[in-house]
Amino acid sequence: MPLRAAPVSVLTVAYLDAASTEPLHPAAREALMTALDSGWADPARLYGTARRAQMLLDQARAEVAEIVGARADEVSFTSSGTQAVHLGVLGTLRGRRRAGRRLVVNAVEHSSVLNAAAVHEHDDGEVETVGVDRSGRADAAAFAEAVSRPGTALACLQTANHEVGTLQPVEEVAAACAAADVPLLVDAAQSAGRLPIPGGWSVLTASAHKWGGPAGVGVLAVRKGTRWRSPYPEDERERRRVPGFENVPAIVAAAAALRARAAEEAAEGPRLSALVDRIRREVPRLVPDVEVIGDPVARLPHIVTFSCLYVEGEALLTELDKAGFAISSGSSCTASTLRPSHVLEAMGVLTHGNVRVSLPRGVSEGDVDRFLAVLPDIVRRIRASLGVH
Amino acid sequence: MWRRRSNGGGSAAETREAPEAPETRQTQTEPPSDLMIDALGRKCPIPIIMLAEQINVVPLGGVVAVHADDPAAFTDIPAWCRLKSHAHVATYDLPRGGWSIHVRRNY
Repeated sequence: MPLRAAPVSVLTVAYLDAASTEPLHPAAREALMTALDSGWADPARLYGTARRAQMLLDQARAEVAEIVGARADEVSFTSSGTQAVHLGVLGTLRGRRRAGRRLVVNAVEHSSVLNAAAVHEHDDGEVETVGVDRSGRADAAAFAEAVSRPGTALACLQTANHEVGTLQPVEEVAAACAAADVPLLVDAAQSAGRLPIPGGWSVLTASAHKWGGPAGVGVLAVRKGTRWRSPYPEDERERRRVPGFENVPAIVAAAAALRARAAEEAAEGPRLSALVDRIRREVPRLVPDVEVIGDPVARLPHIVTFSCLYVEGEALLTELDKAGFAISSGSSCTASTLRPSHVLEAMGVLTHGNVRVSLPRGVSEGDVDRFLAVLPDIVRRIRASLGVH
Repeated sequence: MWRRRSNGGGSAAETREAPEAPETRQTQTEPPSDLMIDALGRKCPIPIIMLAEQINVVPLGGVVAVHADDPAAFTDIPAWCRLKSHAHVATYDLPRGGWSIHVRRNY
């Protein structure tokens, strides 16, 4: 396949960054346009248009609740996945203040979890971080031991890692948390709509734009019986859990996207997963000195990450962008902090020359073909520019 | 954010054990090496390219000390050792920031 890089103008850009945000699902677009007309009024009021908005909101809540395995009255909508996590972590710590001040988190959680943990630590709370193995999987035994210690108020574990795709041992950790009577916050941002939500959570968070809903909608579910107190000033909205006026049209669109996505996943999941398998197999064959990262089997269907030795991540992304690929990286030179991704650091894997390919719904096989066709030459040229042959 | 302890935060002589090198000694002072590569101020992947170019300068079983202060080098040099089947012996904090990362040539 000696496909020479054609001028970008004649190429459509291949979007391979679904883990950052999934393009809007057609079902969401349709629902959004309809709900902008019918669901704009204040759902807390009592006149006709308000009741209509309330009805749409209730319906969306019931649909989302069913898919994530919650009761409708356990589900609140937030303004983002990050806000859901912040409220979930800080609200549960506040509600469980009498139980203790210890928070247990996994080292490769999304920054929203770790930043909330930093607030807790700054507030004189205790944070214990449980490490991961080389594949990025949390050590379930260490997690069980950490949550069994007295004074543990909350534990946090993602369903799957957002940078390397590795699935986390949620059921095992949930059992340990149940045995220790410690609530478990499960961050399902990367897997919701793609994989069934594992049971055993006390608090569940997700983000609509990761499954093809619009940006600006997060999900916070708090199990009945879990003590939770808002860290914000009191507000009547969303069962007093989330402050501010609900974005009903976006919530309706988010629910429509989740429903459509969950229905398609039986066909689309295995298709994406086979493409990921192909990338995992072909990249080390086509490019020398590459480390493919994350669990090859127990993983999300759409994410694959690899690092190329002797290559600067920023140069790689720039060249891939020129060749018509929208892709992200965990390398330090691509981060505003100039630090490598905390996920790659915790795993102890190569952090430079890192590329995360995440496949959106409906990605064409041709895009993957073309990616595999242009990558070897791009890596070779960057290495040559650094004197590596 | 989970981060390893930043350099200079603790004792300057703090030693980190390499996970894949059980023979690592917990010595507090840096033992001698056969070759020192000064990669201070250089960003990854340059320190690793310098290491790859010069690992064969030392005899088999010899130790190269890479001095680097790019945070990526702290993770990436041990990862390079694993990928290239050389041994990461240990990492020592340098008094003025950065690390001395000791690598043993295995072949």
